[in-house]
Amino acid sequence: MHKLLTDKPGDRMLLLGNEAIARGAVEAGVAFTSTYPGTPSSELSLNFFQMSKESDLYFEYCTNEKVAVEVAAAAAACGVRSMAVMKHVGLNVAADALMTLAYVGVKGGMVILTADDPAMFSSQNEQDNRYYAKISGLPMLEPSSVEEACRIVGDAFDISEQLQEPVLLRTTTRINHSSGVVTLGAIRARKTSGSFAKDPLNLVTVPAVSRKLHVKLLQNYAKAQALSESSPWNIVEGSGRWGIICNGVSYNYVKDAVAELKIADKVRILRIGFCHPLPIRRIQEFLKGCEKALVVEEGEPYLEEAAKTHAQEAGLTLPIRGKAPELFSRLYEYDPAMVRKHVAAFFGVAFTPPAAVDLSDVPPLPQRPPTLCAGCSHRATYYEVRKAAESLGLETVYPSDIGCYTLGLLPPLSMADYLICMGSSTGTAGGFSKACDRKVVSFIGDSTFFHSGIPGLINAVFNNHNLTLVILDNGTTAMTGHQPNPGVDMTQLKMEGYGRVSIESVVRGVGVAHVTVIKPYKVKKSIDAIKEALQFKGVSVIISQELCVLYASSLKLPRRKPFHVSEKCRNHRDCMTHLACPAFYVWDGRIKIDANLCTGCALCAQICPENAILPVKEGKK
Amino acid sequence: MDTKRLVIVAVGGQGNLLASSVLGEAALLAGVPMRMSEIHGMAQRGGVVESALIFGGAQSTIISDGEADVLMGFEPAETLRAIGKCNRRTVVITNLAPLMPFTVNIGQGVYPDLKQLQELIRAKAARLIAFNATALAREAGNVLSVNMVLLGALTQTGVLPLSADTVKSAMQRKTKQAFLEANLKAFDLGFAAAQTA
Repeated sequence: MHKLLTDKPGDRMLLLGNEAIARGAVEAGVAFTSTYPGTPSSELSLNFFQMSKESDLYFEYCTNEKVAVEVAAAAAACGVRSMAVMKHVGLNVAADALMTLAYVGVKGGMVILTADDPAMFSSQNEQDNRYYAKISGLPMLEPSSVEEACRIVGDAFDISEQLQEPVLLRTTTRINHSSGVVTLGAIRARKTSGSFAKDPLNLVTVPAVSRKLHVKLLQNYAKAQALSESSPWNIVEGSGRWGIICNGVSYNYVKDAVAELKIADKVRILRIGFCHPLPIRRIQEFLKGCEKALVVEEGEPYLEEAAKTHAQEAGLTLPIRGKAPELFSRLYEYDPAMVRKHVAAFFGVAFTPPAAVDLSDVPPLPQRPPTLCAGCSHRATYYEVRKAAESLGLETVYPSDIGCYTLGLLPPLSMADYLICMGSSTGTAGGFSKACDRKVVSFIGDSTFFHSGIPGLINAVFNNHNLTLVILDNGTTAMTGHQPNPGVDMTQLKMEGYGRVSIESVVRGVGVAHVTVIKPYKVKKSIDAIKEALQFKGVSVIISQELCVLYASSLKLPRRKPFHVSEKCRNHRDCMTHLACPAFYVWDGRIKIDANLCTGCALCAQICPENAILPVKEGKK
Repeated sequence: MDTKRLVIVAVGGQGNLLASSVLGEAALLAGVPMRMSEIHGMAQRGGVVESALIFGGAQSTIISDGEADVLMGFEPAETLRAIGKCNRRTVVITNLAPLMPFTVNIGQGVYPDLKQLQELIRAKAARLIAFNATALAREAGNVLSVNMVLLGALTQTGVLPLSADTVKSAMQRKTKQAFLEANLKAFDLGFAAAQTA
């Protein structure tokens, strides 16, 4: 049985934040779950996926976050408790649905999880999604620890049902990817199907209906405000005259700082866990007891601006500081020593931290950036596109997209020139083709193509852009941990009852006149086919099909024989210079291949000018 | 309870996350409060994986520069790269078997000299325990048990409030049964290596 389905209230388990949230949702009786995978939220939906295989919990991987919110909204409209899970930028994709869903509301509880990523460990920006609560008018909760993350989900569902509105649950990477000990609670029975009552004058958002619904949203806002004022997630601790307002993981750093600085008797802390609507009266009451106040929050000055506004309304003139050149930054994540330093400085507490080591004599170390795996088919496709473009003498621009293949940015491949968001390779390609005279070749993965690449491709066909789109179809959503997408053969995962969408049919169906399918491990044939596609005037699409090597290995598909560098090698090093596969290493001035890493893709063997790279003979490995 | 902070650095695929999970389970068994955090988005693509484990009363799940009580590195250059986490009282444990970054292979950097690397660390930290954990893992019968070798060495230092028996019980719960014998042997070899280091 899946460990998160364990029905033993009172048991203690060490859980990852994402597991704790999944457990909290199960305890709250969630019955319908949906997602588009995105780090740092990916393990949360993975646990839903796993549990759905052995229980009546419903889960689906959706084409994108907007669809994930829409399917979950409909379930909640039928009275079924639902949850949609996404990373912070995913909520941008879902924002259109979110804004008006706030008007329509729900019947069953609905929670939308947004996992923010301060410091951008695996994201293209570090936007602060607390502002989505403000712009939509929806309640938002935010835990400070793994233990709280488990418990807060249940409250989010209850508040959602009470207000008949979706509730936003915001986490940050250091909640999702931290672990802590969670005490299990009882699992509430799942209500897996509901009923839909027709009510078009409240559910169909034509202008006349929406004018009425906005009034209802504001009434709900007032109710949510009252809940926030008395919420147990907004906590005041201590009774000193030095005020600290904080949220999320910053609360932990504040608590540790106060303990280490030994100022607990001088400080009072307001921890905000119900962060929209804010508890205005509690904030004012809190500030009345303080001579000065420091706001500690990663990201934007969301709490700080509110504290200043509401202090002014209450006629309070104490200094309130947060973001400032000498205090906290809007940039990146905070850490315990940084928070301790600013707390000490702001309140005038003397503190000498342990002396950090002197780094001045440490030599510059070679970087170790993540790279495409040994045998990754993207390396082959990138090499072939570059060779094809070079042989035609083309000046190129390579818009890229979001996935493993973005790692092709690095030398020696250097095959990414422009990237803003999911799906942008197809839209930006059209703009480049009109605005500059370079040949445009853009790259997108299979999952990202389904997510948001298709509209850009249709746009290119309609507006008759001159570009080549390369779809890197590795048969899975590799970057986030091999989640299925609509192009995946689910029978390989031994799962029944799924459809399958052919990328080639979609591309032909939207009217692309020049479509080529290549097998990237066949180098010469692929380069010839790519050259033909690059010379086509108009929209051409190349679909490069080869299963992700990690995914193939997880499916236990037969492995190809590894290769080795034979005595014929004359040390041209084309393999290293052009490919730099991680299976290569240098020994005694010569290139060698690690047989444990080599997947036998034979890309290097095909480009070696001396044909010196050969399969390892049986028993010689 | 005293707070003890452990930073583990490794290259993706070296089993850092399993080592963290064993220590987490051991803390649960021993009734020691424990929190940890991991950065593992790119673990499978050869990047650096860093874990922070905090034993005792603190609430934070990350460790600031200069604040680690123990730094344990699965790869020598990565241990040195993380030296900023240490102070004069930090115990450093490192594997001495290098994994060459591909940037070195394509001429974009020079791998540090291992002797100089050890001297640098020794001069900055309270104690350095350095040995070839990969060779001991191979001796234990499973080259992938580098993580268990290092857990043995870590346990031997006594910095964390976890006994060898507790860590071994956690290994029984958290590692695959088929590898348990090799893993336990790897743990013992690492423990012995730290005694003589």
